[in-house]
Amino acid sequence: MSGPGSFPSRPTLRRGVFTTDPRRLAVLYLLLGLAAVILGTLLSLVIRIHRIWPASPFPLYGLLKPEDYLAVVTLHGTLMIFFVLTVVPQQAFPNLVLPAQIGASRMALPRLNAAAFWITLASLLVLLAAFFVPEGAPIAGWTSYPPLSIFAAAGPGQGAGMDCWLVAVLIFCIGAMASAASFLATIVLRRAPGMTFSRLPLTVWSWMVSSALTLIAFSVLLAAAGMLLADRHFGTSFFVPGGEVINGVLQHEPASPGSPMLWLHLFWFFGHPEVYISILPGMGLASSLLANFTRRSVPAYPLMVIATLAIGVFGLGVWGHHIFVSGMNPYAGTAFGLTTMAIAVPSSAEVLTWLAMLFRGKIRATTPMLFAIGFISFFIAGGLTGPILAQPALDSYLHNTFFVVAHFHLVMAMAGVFSIFAGIYYWYPLLTGRRMNETLGKLHFWISLIAAYGTFFPMHLAGLAGEPRHYAQLTGPVESFVSLIPVERGITWSALTLAAAQLIFLCNVFISIRRGNPAGENPWLATTLEWSPIQHPTISDGPYVYGIADGTQKDYLPQWTLPPSNETEQRSRKWDAATEQE
Amino acid sequence: MPATFTRHQVEIERKDTGYGGKPPLDRRPTGGGGGDDNWDSRPSGRRGPRELLIRYRLAVLSVLTADFVFFAVLISVFFVRPSDGHISPSQGYVSDWHPLLVPPILWINTAILLLSTVTAEIARRQLFHEIDIMEEWLGLGRPAVRRAAPWLAATVVLGGLFLTGQCLAWHQLVQQGLTISTNPNSNFFYLVTVAHGVHLLLGLGALVFALIAMFRLKRVEFRQIAVDCSTWYWHAMGVFWGFIFVLLIASQR
Repeated sequence: MSGPGSFPSRPTLRRGVFTTDPRRLAVLYLLLGLAAVILGTLLSLVIRIHRIWPASPFPLYGLLKPEDYLAVVTLHGTLMIFFVLTVVPQQAFPNLVLPAQIGASRMALPRLNAAAFWITLASLLVLLAAFFVPEGAPIAGWTSYPPLSIFAAAGPGQGAGMDCWLVAVLIFCIGAMASAASFLATIVLRRAPGMTFSRLPLTVWSWMVSSALTLIAFSVLLAAAGMLLADRHFGTSFFVPGGEVINGVLQHEPASPGSPMLWLHLFWFFGHPEVYISILPGMGLASSLLANFTRRSVPAYPLMVIATLAIGVFGLGVWGHHIFVSGMNPYAGTAFGLTTMAIAVPSSAEVLTWLAMLFRGKIRATTPMLFAIGFISFFIAGGLTGPILAQPALDSYLHNTFFVVAHFHLVMAMAGVFSIFAGIYYWYPLLTGRRMNETLGKLHFWISLIAAYGTFFPMHLAGLAGEPRHYAQLTGPVESFVSLIPVERGITWSALTLAAAQLIFLCNVFISIRRGNPAGENPWLATTLEWSPIQHPTISDGPYVYGIADGTQKDYLPQWTLPPSNETEQRSRKWDAATEQE
Repeated sequence: MPATFTRHQVEIERKDTGYGGKPPLDRRPTGGGGGDDNWDSRPSGRRGPRELLIRYRLAVLSVLTADFVFFAVLISVFFVRPSDGHISPSQGYVSDWHPLLVPPILWINTAILLLSTVTAEIARRQLFHEIDIMEEWLGLGRPAVRRAAPWLAATVVLGGLFLTGQCLAWHQLVQQGLTISTNPNSNFFYLVTVAHGVHLLLGLGALVFALIAMFRLKRVEFRQIAVDCSTWYWHAMGVFWGFIFVLLIASQR
């Protein structure tokens, strides 16, 4: 495109795409998350279909080989954990509302914050490149345990594909840390006058804790992934065990062997805080939504803040419960079991507070509220198996069975995804000025809830029966698990229903952009600042003042106070214009 | 020449106690910005030049926290690995952690890095020297930049010398036949020194950027931010190196 007409396109590109406006960045992040979740869901359907019809070929691909199955599992896990459950709650949502909720017009370090998105996108592209390199995607699982992840001979995809995975993870770490640093600086320094720490919405507290966890956890992963790359390409032997024989060939023997256990420790020192990085924002959001839709304040606000902080701190000390059966010292196992039990205490404090709010309040069952309740339901259902798996003795039986798959898909995946849905239904008016369709939303909720339990609850039973993870198929020469085939079939149909229900959601999102009911200024009668009609308001109250009966029509007190005269508003506009030039 | 002037409103309102004493604090004439010259009560983003500096410092601090954890992980290898020997039937416990002779040039490098930290700090302080900054702010030349530039340039040169020294140290080790893949100790040695070297290279880039930025940036506070943040990063790398160096020396037994 040339000629005089193309002149304005440069600023448009700069402002439209390479933007530093947090709301636009949030949309970009949401689109990235949408792409990742669609791909991840399709991969999970491939997994489910292959498990019950292992002999039927896929259209356009053909028969799924066992190594293809492992590659699909690896990419499903990586996409979902990094690019959906981290990107959306920890990067998209803060960009959407964090500055507004603390009364700032933008982030403290807008360019760093914007750069984080492009780094994350680059990471996704490198990861997806793994499908197209020779031998295809890696098969080592999203945890990439050595020695499988060290030797290119260990399997198809462990050459270039594994390198793509590692580089993608390295890039992702840098992006996540950049956005976390920007959020922390924003929360600490850009709060509006009057927005004290005791008036922060619980979502902001959650993002503060999860951003601190991001800085700590992802730098560990960065170091570990760097060392694994050095092991693969520079001949070091941090994680390389000695005497490794693959297909009868003795692999490169290091002068003195290293320890795969070190990777396990480092990886899970990242991996467990990662769970809280993706679930804490959902917990903060659930508290806010419950307060709003039961018209009650959050009881024990300080307790909720302390519980959030405690989960963040304890979350750094429980990683060993992922590796009980790895040959770790049994005494260490007991210690990690104890710390894991300890983290149940603040988690239960939050859950009991939510239940108290539900019992005592008048529930307005809007779609975001339903999804928040769904989040709590999954958090409890999945959380209750946590203390079971935290026992080293029980875990030695249940480890690597479908019981574990059920546990983390309920407590992390489904709870995380339902909180994401709650956030999207709730904040949709901020982006479009319209509300999403309630009927479609409720349909989406009920089908998703039932289908999600139908998918993941039976996995407990399959796991108790001993069904292992990462097996491409259950039938074959050994017939131990034939009796589980009906359960598997039910799970697959349920998963297909679950995936199909998301089409309702997608339709709702795109239809409501044009056709949704106009939302008005504060559609949910909320108190937090993202719904404030003016920028730079004066903050006069805590975040959850609901249920007051003073004879007026309003039963809530928003955090903002409208200025008494026109003058203040003009002044804040002037400040805003000046800030934009900065 | 008849002197005509209008008294400021504040002067009229000021009650004269009649016996001198201090002027009342509550009705001081303000700097023309209305009644509220307290920058802290303004919306964030408009609280004066220092606000932006603090924001950048906090970001650098966050990054350094993450970096600290990064190095802690690398160093954890060092604490885990040496105890990872095996039991041989004939010789009892055998450790495979072979000591290596730390190249003596590292002592010189350490001294150079220490010196560069001092020069960086001098440069940083020049940019916060009140009188010079006032002059720069008012547009009366750039005395602070003029004084800081040689010190910052010296830091860049010393940093370059340190990195060259590190390359020499690696070269000497390779001459001895100790490459990155020789034994666990050499793995560790190269891992931490290369990781630190990469960080220092980034820091050197930041310092060069700050050096150019001092002359190119038009606003005083941006010049201060560029120098201040790169200097704090440089200091942190100096501290990390001190810790790493002590570990490297102490572990060779």
